[in-house]
Amino acid sequence: MDDQRLTERSVDQKEIKISAKNVQVYYGETHAIKDVDVEIEDNTVTAFIGPSGCGKSTFLRCLNRMNDTIDIARVEGTILLDGEDIYDKRVDPVQLRAKVGMVFQKPNPFPKSIYDNVAYGPRIHGMAKNRAELDEIVEKSLRRAALWDEAKDRLQAPGTGLSGGQQQRLCIARAVATEPEVLLMDEPCSALDPIATGQVEELIDELRTNYSVVIVTHSMQQAARVSQKTAFFHLGNLVEFDETGKIFTNPEDSRTESYISGRIG
Amino acid sequence: MSDASIPGPAAPATGKKSSLLELDARTKRRNAAETRFKAYGIVAILIGLCFLVALLVAIVRNGAPAFTQTFVTLDIELEAEAIEAAEASVVKTSQYRDMIRAELMGRMAAEGIETDMDANTLGQILSSSEAGQMRDFVLENPDRIGETVTFNFLASSRVDGYSKGRVTRESLERDPNLSPAHLDLVDQLEEAGIIERTFNWSFVFGADASDSRPEQAGIGVAMIGSFFMMLVVLALALPIGVAASIYLEEFAPQNRFTDFIEVNISNLAAVPSIVFGILGLAVFIQLVGLPQSAPIVGGLTLTLMTLPTIVISTRASLKAVPPSIRAAALGVGASKMQSVFHHVLPLALPGILTGTIIGLAQALGETAPLLLIGMVGFIASNYPEGVASGFLDPNSAMPAQIYEWAKRADPAFYERAWGGIIILLLFLMTMNLIAILLRRRFERRW
Ligand SMILES: Nc1ncnc2c1ncn2[C@@H]1O[C@H](COP(=O)(O)OP(=O)(O)O)[C@@H](O)[C@H]1O
Ligand SMILES: [Mg+2]
Repeated sequence: MDDQRLTERSVDQKEIKISAKNVQVYYGETHAIKDVDVEIEDNTVTAFIGPSGCGKSTFLRCLNRMNDTIDIARVEGTILLDGEDIYDKRVDPVQLRAKVGMVFQKPNPFPKSIYDNVAYGPRIHGMAKNRAELDEIVEKSLRRAALWDEAKDRLQAPGTGLSGGQQQRLCIARAVATEPEVLLMDEPCSALDPIATGQVEELIDELRTNYSVVIVTHSMQQAARVSQKTAFFHLGNLVEFDETGKIFTNPEDSRTESYISGRIG
Repeated sequence: MSDASIPGPAAPATGKKSSLLELDARTKRRNAAETRFKAYGIVAILIGLCFLVALLVAIVRNGAPAFTQTFVTLDIELEAEAIEAAEASVVKTSQYRDMIRAELMGRMAAEGIETDMDANTLGQILSSSEAGQMRDFVLENPDRIGETVTFNFLASSRVDGYSKGRVTRESLERDPNLSPAHLDLVDQLEEAGIIERTFNWSFVFGADASDSRPEQAGIGVAMIGSFFMMLVVLALALPIGVAASIYLEEFAPQNRFTDFIEVNISNLAAVPSIVFGILGLAVFIQLVGLPQSAPIVGGLTLTLMTLPTIVISTRASLKAVPPSIRAAALGVGASKMQSVFHHVLPLALPGILTGTIIGLAQALGETAPLLLIGMVGFIASNYPEGVASGFLDPNSAMPAQIYEWAKRADPAFYERAWGGIIILLLFLMTMNLIAILLRRRFERRW
């Protein structure tokens, strides 16, 4: 009984991993993200939903400063990761991105072997002292991404030769190989068939035990299936952010309700 | 019930239903247009092929004779006294010439070939380089004095032309260099195996010769000049061009200044090569004071010319690398430079190499700028002594050498110009082949 109580408590009181305040993003003159405040918890899957073009990807890219690579993008406001401002002048975005991994919409493995795809991050960050350690990291990452059984006999085969779903899991393995604390996923299943989608969703749920996961999705069913928290974006505003169950059953804002029921889309 | 009633009599009753077995007018017109277009394409390709075939046939027909040469083979006894006497005289080669002519006369007599010509007139069969050739041999091999040595002397260019069908008895009627009577002797000498046409290595490896000795001229020294120039171009244009393109494509901010640079690189690619030549003359020779006619100056000038080609093709191949690869690398915490050097550059490499080789091939075939900086053909008369001399001593290059030969009056030089073109084309084809192989070797899919 005591045990159960304890676990319940730990589920309820999760640490805040990322806290964003007053975030504005401009693309040149366009104001793409307006005044967004969000707190993302550790060991939780947070889903961003909303009609396309509402700024989900843009906001996601703020969290690992991928927006820095877009010349015309400008980010304002504060985003804290474990209490540290990631937009501080002293922060090197390269170091940040090792901590906040990203999986993209289209599977984008490097045109190298499966092994080299996963080993790339650990190699450039000097995470393995020797080949054996690197092998271990690769195996662990592939296991986490539920790809080990399919890939263990063909580690030297090109990553681009895998099926779409396997490629996306390879990208997840590549992202977790650098031991990130947060995993950002931008519509990771939109290029996958339903079976592959199911596998990746299952994986996302498992990843929650080790990471804070933020997933952008245009599928409400997916958000309902994998996430504990859901944020609804509309025209650059964060309209509502709450427990997933609450958003889908009893939303407070009328715009959320219309979107959920299929009236905005 | 209704299901059964529809397909039966109802269909023909409408009458307007089109059959798939008949083409309607629109489809017919569309198909005809497509057929016509295909025909135009095939005709265009055929015309192109005709030009190519005509070109190749012309080149091979005109150029192939340059690769063979008529030689006169004589065994000459190197008598010590005769050589001493020759070396003591004022015009040293003239006595060697006498020895050769005497031997030719003697050999003809031995073969039973009769003539009333004197030795000097008969000597016109030989190239005027023969005495120098013999003397050089003697000076180089003093230990062989006293022995009998077999010499292959070049026949004169008229005799060579006769053997290749370029010179006829009629054309010699008023020629001061050779008479129709000589040709009768040549026929007999050929039968006796004294005159023979064989493959001419000295055309491939030799130096240019004076206007009066086309039979001696070779393209080898100009080839060396081209080689040293290409070294300069490769060593400068490739790193500078690739570095500039990577910076512009991957790092430079998008602003007026970079736009300006971009536009000007494209403009540079369109500048006529002769402008680069005069620039090379003004900057490298007059301002910097580098030696005239030197391959290093030619190389620098051609580098200027090749850079825009390399920059443009490198940027195009960098652009062709999908942005998702860059995002993937940045996403796992690679720095910009790591993403470029680990992922983007390897994928762009085939394109970069192809562009570079095409740029080099252009530079290899360029003539005009070389003429302006003094790398004219007749300078290519001596092999460079070592690497430094290869870069710094006056030399020419293959296309300038070809131009020089084409300019000269004697048809024997014209033949050599075509022969030079064959060699130049072989080099270009080899380079293209390397480009294709490299492309295959490095091509990867993503
Ligand atoms: N690289 C960019 N440059 C300019 N505008 C952009 C860029 N990326 C996104 N936008 C704009 O920002 C808005 C939000 O886009 P995005 O974040 O991609 O939406 P979502 O992912 O929710 O579909 C859109 O209006 C889009 O046009
Ligand atoms: Mg998006």
